[in-house]
Amino acid sequence: MNTITIALTKGRILEETLPILAAAGIEPAEDIKKSRKLIFKTNQPQVQLLVLRGSDVSTYVEFGAADMGVAGKDMLLEHGGRGIYEPLDLGIARCRLMTAGLKGQSTPSGRIKVATKFVNIAKQYYASQGRQADIIKLYGAMELAPIMNLADEIVDIVDTGNTLLANGLEPREHIADVSSRVIVNKASMKMKHAHIQSLLDDFAKAVV
Amino acid sequence: MTYADRWLLPDGVEEILPAEAQQIESLRRRLLDLYRCWGYDLVIPPLVEFTDSLLIGLGRDLDLLTFKLTDQLSGRTLGIRADITPQTARMDAHSLKRQGANRLCYAGHVLHTRPRTPLATRSPILSGVELYGEAGVGADIEVVSLLMESLQAVGLNDASVEIGHVGIFRELISAAGLSNEQQEILFDLLQRKAATEMRAWVAANIGDPSLADILRQLPGLAGGRESLQRARRVLANAPPAVMAAVQQLETLAETISQRYPQAQLYFDLSELHSFTYHTGLWFAAFTPGYGRALASGGRYDRVGEVFGRARPATGFHIDITALNRLLQVSLPQRNGIYAPACADPDQWQAIQKLRAQGETVVTGFPDEQVRRDEFKCDRQLVKAGGEYKVIPWD
Repeated sequence: MNTITIALTKGRILEETLPILAAAGIEPAEDIKKSRKLIFKTNQPQVQLLVLRGSDVSTYVEFGAADMGVAGKDMLLEHGGRGIYEPLDLGIARCRLMTAGLKGQSTPSGRIKVATKFVNIAKQYYASQGRQADIIKLYGAMELAPIMNLADEIVDIVDTGNTLLANGLEPREHIADVSSRVIVNKASMKMKHAHIQSLLDDFAKAVV
Repeated sequence: MTYADRWLLPDGVEEILPAEAQQIESLRRRLLDLYRCWGYDLVIPPLVEFTDSLLIGLGRDLDLLTFKLTDQLSGRTLGIRADITPQTARMDAHSLKRQGANRLCYAGHVLHTRPRTPLATRSPILSGVELYGEAGVGADIEVVSLLMESLQAVGLNDASVEIGHVGIFRELISAAGLSNEQQEILFDLLQRKAATEMRAWVAANIGDPSLADILRQLPGLAGGRESLQRARRVLANAPPAVMAAVQQLETLAETISQRYPQAQLYFDLSELHSFTYHTGLWFAAFTPGYGRALASGGRYDRVGEVFGRARPATGFHIDITALNRLLQVSLPQRNGIYAPACADPDQWQAIQKLRAQGETVVTGFPDEQVRRDEFKCDRQLVKAGGEYKVIPWD
């Protein structure tokens, strides 16, 4: 049987994914959280793990460099989901994708400036609201953009909302609920169906 | 662009150098020879034609994929073909007007405005077959068998073939009486096989409990031949047309498994990637090491309607450029004969005799500096004892 490569998202999602993998009988051969390695063997000779940035997981799976992956719905929405199945919602790392702006200020009418790292999501969201928005791509610290007048609003992940509050911002509109999904390369699903399906069934049992 | 960058080709556009060109031509010939043995007539459709005939209801995707320009002679819009199937459909419906089954094959370049999948070429060479005029599953069996033969002919013995039927989804949404918007959401959920979201959506949108149950289970109806048995149970209460589609899948599966016992068949009843293009049974071939379909095809009945004659139709195409990348390119063979420059008419006779035997003979020029590393000759033609002889060149 062929090897199955599973790409995991590092950070908080990884911490919540490992118990699900363990429940499905997959244990990394060494401690992923302590190692600086990027590729890990497991107790199952036919399963190996990769640890990647969230935005890269869907790319690895889309191109078939990994057969399966675990990625946040925010990353999948941003990626567009081309060439990928997302058969299982793990229900972990829950948060919300929201727009936010300076507390007490209303969104200006007409064309607005929006800072975000989710360029595609922001474009689609504002278009669906019938609003023209100029998108500014940032890689971190979105909260700074409205304060420094770089943007009128931001689109970002909101968990507790504490970071927004601490910077004098308020969440405004809800775009999507986010949780982590198991994704599968379409060609892998067809060529390694039996193995992938049995892994999916095991993961599904572990999350219920 | 600086002068230094003038050699750059556009993204997704490639030149094919000798060793690969040789292999591509060999693949093309092997496939076309095979199709001839099955009674498929070769046609050579034009590179450009009016978009009115190129874009004939085979989906919006094809429209976006087609490069367009204005015809200086007629003022109408021309399209550079992104797919050869509509062209053969026109030939069948209008140019040939045969009454019975019509078998056509082709090989040639198409051009895409955008790569169909990331890193795909925008100018693939496709070869394919189309079978017009037969609506029965017999035609589907013939083209799938020919696909299996094609894969064997090019040495791909580990390919797996995915088979599905768009009629199943089409009948289910019409039975459910969904609005266009609901259909689009359901389509998207199925495309992603998002089973978790699917359950929530079905609970909120589908009133009929038996239909709701079918839709919930639809994403899971995939796998080997045993999945068709499962489909029979799950779809037992579905409209009769759905069961008819499953029956067609079973008939096809049975004959193909019997003809090609080694064939790895995979069925997916909710895969909709070609929903806007196909009208019935469809199929695609995959192979390890290549993340997308190498060959694909299926039914596209009624497409001849715009040319005045709706005919049942099925067929497939194989991406020869992708095939070439998968197969190991054999190193250019050094098996030619070098004949140094010489005014002797006897040498000319000797050379022509060798060429007539199928040998490669390269003639030299006076005062030529022969670069052995750039030459593909391993022998030379020399005069010895009044006669021209081929001797090893070392």
